[in-house]
Amino acid sequence: MGDVLVFGEHQGGHFPKTTLIAIAAGLDLAKKRSGKVVAVVMGDTLDEPAGTLAKYGASKVISLSSPALKNYLADAHSQALAALAKKIGAEYVLAAATAIGKDLLPRVAARLGAPMASEITAINDDGTFVRPMYAGNAMATVEMDGPIKVLTVRGTAFDAAKPSDAAAPVEKQGAEIDAGALKMEFVSFNATKSDRPQLTEASIVVSGGRGLKSGENFKTVLEPLVDEMGAAMGASRAAVDAGFVPNDLQVGQTGKVVAPTLYVAVGISGAIQHLAGMKDSKIIVAINKDEEAPIFNVADYGLVADLFKAVPEMAAEVKKLKHS
Amino acid sequence: MKILVPIKRVPDPATTIRVLPDGSGIATDNVKWVINPFCEIAVEEALRIKEKQGNGEVVLVSIGQSTWQEQLRTGLAMGADRAILVITATTLDPLAIARVLAKVAADEKPDLIILGKQAIDDDSNQAGQMIAEMLGWPQATFASKVEIGADKISVTREVDGGLETIAFKAPGVITTDLRLNEPRYASLPGIMKARKKELKEIPAESLGVDLAPKLKVKTLAAPPKRQAGRKVASVEELVQVLHTEAKVI
Repeated sequence: MGDVLVFGEHQGGHFPKTTLIAIAAGLDLAKKRSGKVVAVVMGDTLDEPAGTLAKYGASKVISLSSPALKNYLADAHSQALAALAKKIGAEYVLAAATAIGKDLLPRVAARLGAPMASEITAINDDGTFVRPMYAGNAMATVEMDGPIKVLTVRGTAFDAAKPSDAAAPVEKQGAEIDAGALKMEFVSFNATKSDRPQLTEASIVVSGGRGLKSGENFKTVLEPLVDEMGAAMGASRAAVDAGFVPNDLQVGQTGKVVAPTLYVAVGISGAIQHLAGMKDSKIIVAINKDEEAPIFNVADYGLVADLFKAVPEMAAEVKKLKHS
Repeated sequence: MKILVPIKRVPDPATTIRVLPDGSGIATDNVKWVINPFCEIAVEEALRIKEKQGNGEVVLVSIGQSTWQEQLRTGLAMGADRAILVITATTLDPLAIARVLAKVAADEKPDLIILGKQAIDDDSNQAGQMIAEMLGWPQATFASKVEIGADKISVTREVDGGLETIAFKAPGVITTDLRLNEPRYASLPGIMKARKKELKEIPAESLGVDLAPKLKVKTLAAPPKRQAGRKVASVEELVQVLHTEAKVI
């Protein structure tokens, strides 16, 4: 009882910070429920990534391989993950609330007939969990019944697990998949090309909104500041909807949730849906020409200014600071 | 092609949400109720597929009380053909919601189920994936483009780091993301016509599925409020305070 099966999402063998956050949440939960953490890495060939994950505090890492797990597809992965959860008698199945985690875990929950709590932000001693509702305008304490429960973890809620020298044993297993029941086909992945840090990994995020007015202005006005600060670039829904930048830059209730050390909101008014995605950042800076913009209500430092003048100035000031 | 579109009634996204002092829920006295924005996108996509193919049927389904008819009528006014309202007085958890919708789908036998990726009230993002599993169907979540081919349906999905395309043969489940389309407004003739369209109520208990909630909200609390900081006078001052006071650059 109390064992936690953590889905070790990887990107071609690399474990993003979100996976290490899921491991950390799993360790916290296992400690409170007197269980242990078993991490699972899935793919077609897996020796190296499983060994890497073994250093992050799990009691065991299971390397689950099958040709059907080559590309991520919900049907094959949910079959394999649910079967493993049953086999090891896990009480909890947990993953980071990434695009894959959000796609996969509800399907696993349905397969197990288990309840699921999405995007938990805290684990209470009494076995209840805290999760945001209404774009983060309400924090719900939820109770789950049944022998097995499914959870996704919000990436901003826990510190990433740290590696140690001691590695847990890695156990290789074949995945239990009924190939005849697979009905999904991977066609292509069109990656957004960027040399910048990922939004969910960066310690500084600079986001632009409708105030930037065009995709061209993101490039010529915002990006020099982003790069001068070594930051990840984000955007409001309005900017994404207008086609200024790709969708995976969207910060907010229905996009990515980030909590960097420094969040700079440029030309973003601050709709509640956007605030839901960044209000747990340590320091928030807002640059906006409208001094009534709601973003100023959450900003530690606000600058009422024309962004087309202020942003290049800021890039120059940051550069000066770096060289002083 | 027959398309089933589950829709949910939620507070208008522009509403300021206030948690009741006793933590039992949110204040609903001044709330305007609307179709969940992602569900509206689902209705629109189903209508576009039907219009493009020149035939087919779009069936709406919702779960709630009789007052929820209003949102179904709005969907009918947009152009859906008929609607089903599964009546229940209790709050169902996502698993029970999915069981109800999977049972309705088993009875209706649609070629596609299109629904919102998440409802903006409980923000769970679970129902579509659960329905797909219960029916043994493929799923394409977070869709930004849907193409109905002669043989296969291909869906472009908004995922971390880019866009992914997957394909499947009908029947299947698609959940909508924001960029899929711009939902239409109901026209006046549409609203007139909607009054005469079939809207059938069925009691949830008659479906013979397990409705007992396994996920319960015990209490709600307002989130910690962030204090507004201060305004700075210039870019120079801003960079200085970030360096010396906040120590973040």
